[in-house]
Amino acid sequence: MKITAIALTTFREAVRDRILYTILAFAFLLIGASVILATLSIGQEAKIVKDLGLASSSLFGTFIAIFLGIGLVSKEIERRTLYAIVAKPIYRFQFLLGKYIGLVLTLLVTVGVMALLVFALAWTVDGRWTPGLLLASALDFLALMIVTAVAILFSTFSTPTLSAMFTLAVFVIGRLSGDLRSFAEQFAGPGLRQALEGMYLILPDLSRFQIGPHIVYGLPIASTEVLMAAAYGLAYILVLLLVAIGIFERRDFK
Amino acid sequence: MEPVIQIEGLCKDFRVGFWRRRTRILHPLTLGVHRGEIFGYLGPNGAGKTTTIKLLTGLILPTAGSARLLGQDLSRISAKQQVGFLPENPYFYDYLTGREFLDLCGRLFSLPIRLRRERIARLLHLTQLQEAADQQLRKYSKGMLQRLGLAQALINDPALVILDEPMSGLDPLGRKAMRDVILQLKAEGRTIFFSSHILPDVEVLCDRVGILVGGHLRDVGRLESILKTQTESIELTLQRVSPGLLTTLRGLAQAPPLEQPDGVLVRLADEERLDLALRAAVAAGARVVGVVPQRVTLEEHFLREVHGSAL
Repeated sequence: MKITAIALTTFREAVRDRILYTILAFAFLLIGASVILATLSIGQEAKIVKDLGLASSSLFGTFIAIFLGIGLVSKEIERRTLYAIVAKPIYRFQFLLGKYIGLVLTLLVTVGVMALLVFALAWTVDGRWTPGLLLASALDFLALMIVTAVAILFSTFSTPTLSAMFTLAVFVIGRLSGDLRSFAEQFAGPGLRQALEGMYLILPDLSRFQIGPHIVYGLPIASTEVLMAAAYGLAYILVLLLVAIGIFERRDFK
Repeated sequence: MEPVIQIEGLCKDFRVGFWRRRTRILHPLTLGVHRGEIFGYLGPNGAGKTTTIKLLTGLILPTAGSARLLGQDLSRISAKQQVGFLPENPYFYDYLTGREFLDLCGRLFSLPIRLRRERIARLLHLTQLQEAADQQLRKYSKGMLQRLGLAQALINDPALVILDEPMSGLDPLGRKAMRDVILQLKAEGRTIFFSSHILPDVEVLCDRVGILVGGHLRDVGRLESILKTQTESIELTLQRVSPGLLTTLRGLAQAPPLEQPDGVLVRLADEERLDLALRAAVAAGARVVGVVPQRVTLEEHFLREVHGSAL
């Protein structure tokens, strides 16, 4: 009940914020532009629309996750909106979980709208449905849930600006982490290899959630891989939230 | 009867600066606030007033010591069920309306929906925010936010109301309204603990005060008794004073008597000397125009406490 109240408030705040619509407008513009770009290519229209559509939806989803995510806690501390809330009979973990759920809800709606747009555009160009696009968006959404959890973790002990930079860094490394690992295996010396492998183990492997190319080029996808990715994502989120709660419970709001 | 607020040796260290040096902001504080009283918590900026209030409301965690609110230990979440809190210069969610924010607060106290609606309507009326109730808070003025802050502090019909600098940033009308509300809350049987550095308001409102300087509680008690222990003087005004009487008075007074248009003003140190002066005056045929005891004002006392600590 209390978590729901915080979550709904967070959602309500987010969907009334103009920044969300600014980001969404750019996303729609880019997704729409993919149709124009597609006409320039011969015989590859559908692939371009799907590829560019998924990529833009993912990119702007990340922007939303980071921009709104860092505001979750650090901005509340900075602007002291949290004082009146924490003084009420609510556990701090309830507050944090409520914030997280509210933001995930916001992401669900925005990513959902973008996914449906890409899905519909692909149909108009391709002439048939590509259900795989929805699966790709769903996995991408899971990756965004991780990014949001990273943002919430940083924002429990750091300023909004630093949180944004840290989260962006984790996101970029996370996206490249598959490459990082293969680089470590093939080229690096023993010291560097261990450092890179350590990084791979600690930072989220977001490349696991990128199945867009498979969908676009009609390559087969193993259902076990999808399930493994989902399990990995949920476990990672759980750990991040537990650490964030651990920090938040002990935090002084000066 | 157990005090509404019982603080036992509560203290707080913060780590400050680059080297994270441990600095004591609040020295072990022991203080009790009784049921139904208005307690004024005074001190200059940086004395540790807000730190104390943040400890009581769970925004920061104590380094040592404990406190009980309405008989329940601070560390228990149920201790907050009967407490209302107005933060200093309150700021709330920009994109919520006043009504939505109050509803959120009601939910955090697990109030059922009918009760929430009823209380919200009553509090919007009390704080004169009915017309702005469905506006987003980013359009609220500072005074309106302060009033909404008061409304959210009362949503749970609290037995104890904690207000952090409730008068700061308000215009004279706003301060008057806030004073009236505080007196009304007391009349309803609630206990009020508030911090302030606006002394005239405190003098008018408080049953008891505590004075905090540099993280130490310097003085606690009823306003009259705190001020009465200070050296006070008595001003006696006389007319038709003969030269002989003037000489007598000169011997009794703290300072040479002042000749004023409406008479001679004599400042006397205590009631014994007043007695002697009055007898001499009556015997000499002078007319007594006024006897005014000069109390130390809270402001003077406060300044003395603060400067005393600086020496």
